[in-house]
Amino acid sequence: MSGQGAIGWGGLLASLTLVAVAVGLSAWRRLGLERTMLWACARALGQLLLVGYALAALLDEDAPVAAAWAWVVGMVLFAAITVRRRAPEVPDALRLALLATGASAVLSLGVVFGAGIYEPTPRAIIPIAGMMVGNSISGTVTACRRVIGELADHRDEVEARLALGQPSSEAGRPYLRAALRVALTGQIESTKAVGLVFLPGAMTGLILAGADPVEAVLVQAAVMFLILGCVATNATVVGLGLSRRLFTPDHRLRPLPRAAG
Amino acid sequence: MTALFSFEDVVLDADGRRILDGITATIADQGITCLMGPSGSGKSTLLRLCNRLEVPTSGRVLFRDRDVAELDPLVHRRTVGMVFQRPTPFPGTVRDNLRVAAPDATEQEMRDALGRAALESDMLDRVADDLSGGEQQRMCLARSLMARPEVLLMDEPTSALDPRATEVLEGLAETLAHERGVPIVWVSHDPEQVARLADSCLVLDQGRVVEVRG
Repeated sequence: MSGQGAIGWGGLLASLTLVAVAVGLSAWRRLGLERTMLWACARALGQLLLVGYALAALLDEDAPVAAAWAWVVGMVLFAAITVRRRAPEVPDALRLALLATGASAVLSLGVVFGAGIYEPTPRAIIPIAGMMVGNSISGTVTACRRVIGELADHRDEVEARLALGQPSSEAGRPYLRAALRVALTGQIESTKAVGLVFLPGAMTGLILAGADPVEAVLVQAAVMFLILGCVATNATVVGLGLSRRLFTPDHRLRPLPRAAG
Repeated sequence: MTALFSFEDVVLDADGRRILDGITATIADQGITCLMGPSGSGKSTLLRLCNRLEVPTSGRVLFRDRDVAELDPLVHRRTVGMVFQRPTPFPGTVRDNLRVAAPDATEQEMRDALGRAALESDMLDRVADDLSGGEQQRMCLARSLMARPEVLLMDEPTSALDPRATEVLEGLAETLAHERGVPIVWVSHDPEQVARLADSCLVLDQGRVVEVRG
């Protein structure tokens, strides 16, 4: 490794002393988290090293751009599987998450590269897609769960609306709106608090790597806006798709699953 | 006379349980018909079949000789209004609630609907959640009436109300059924209420009709 931001293997080993501190604190206070923490760190290191070596190959100057796009497809697929695993009670979660994540990836990457914010090189495609897709997962899971939760909590009201002759899309709309508001609030709050409460990853990384702080801020702002758009698209697509699946074609509200855990 | 609703060997299974077990019966197209029975007897489910909030696993439900499964559910539900067991005020004012049923309603039409539900016409700007339980239930009745239904389904509408509010709602049902010609199907588990209200009655137990009165 080279450059101002490189820490090398020695730096990595030194950072593990902080893990030792955390493990020590857990043992001292008898939290019983020592093994979990060690396993989490080992797993994270292993995963990151694997990704690092894969990225080294993908980001090679001679590597084809198609390989980077294939990596993005893999990310979308993995995100959809993660959503299904985290929200097993959601009907058809895999297909919905694939549709939503795919749509938001196409939209966000289309804006980034279509508007010329970055050149569509592997070095831009992979990290940007990673940030978009990765940040969308929790918003998608929250949207799925809240749509089901809102409709279940207000089942009487929804059926009263249906009984007045409202179509299911209209009867479910206030509850879908409430669910999406919850799903997006976290990202909106993060966007509002950025810079004041915490310095986000991309900006921190650039500053550590020696970039001009103002330039780092511009990159970070662009990233935040893209993430916000991506999360909003994802949550909306998944929310609309899910709310359609929770009603029958003859405008009845199906029995609703209960959230697991 | 054509029956209001006819049930032809209606079976309904849900969650691996038989809720309705081969119901064959008719409901008269006039007055108040009560569906009576203990908790879990299937009376509310039978009512929900009438406006297609439920569909039978097998058998047919007919509305004035037409299969409910073949009717447009949205049109049918406006023809067959429903008041639920618990009041279901929507967020907003009474006016907002009435406009859900009739978005283009005039002020006068809304005041008339409130009057038919024994509510003051100056209640339109009150927040629906702030009304008493009895007022909320009558607002829900007024909301249903805004769709100009030909029939009303009432699913134990007084179960959450005090005796005075119950009396008012029963009086309104009698006026609607006997003076305004809107047949009502009223679900109740209270034999005294059924004795007060019913022109005819189906008694259910364990998903079957065990007695027909009137």
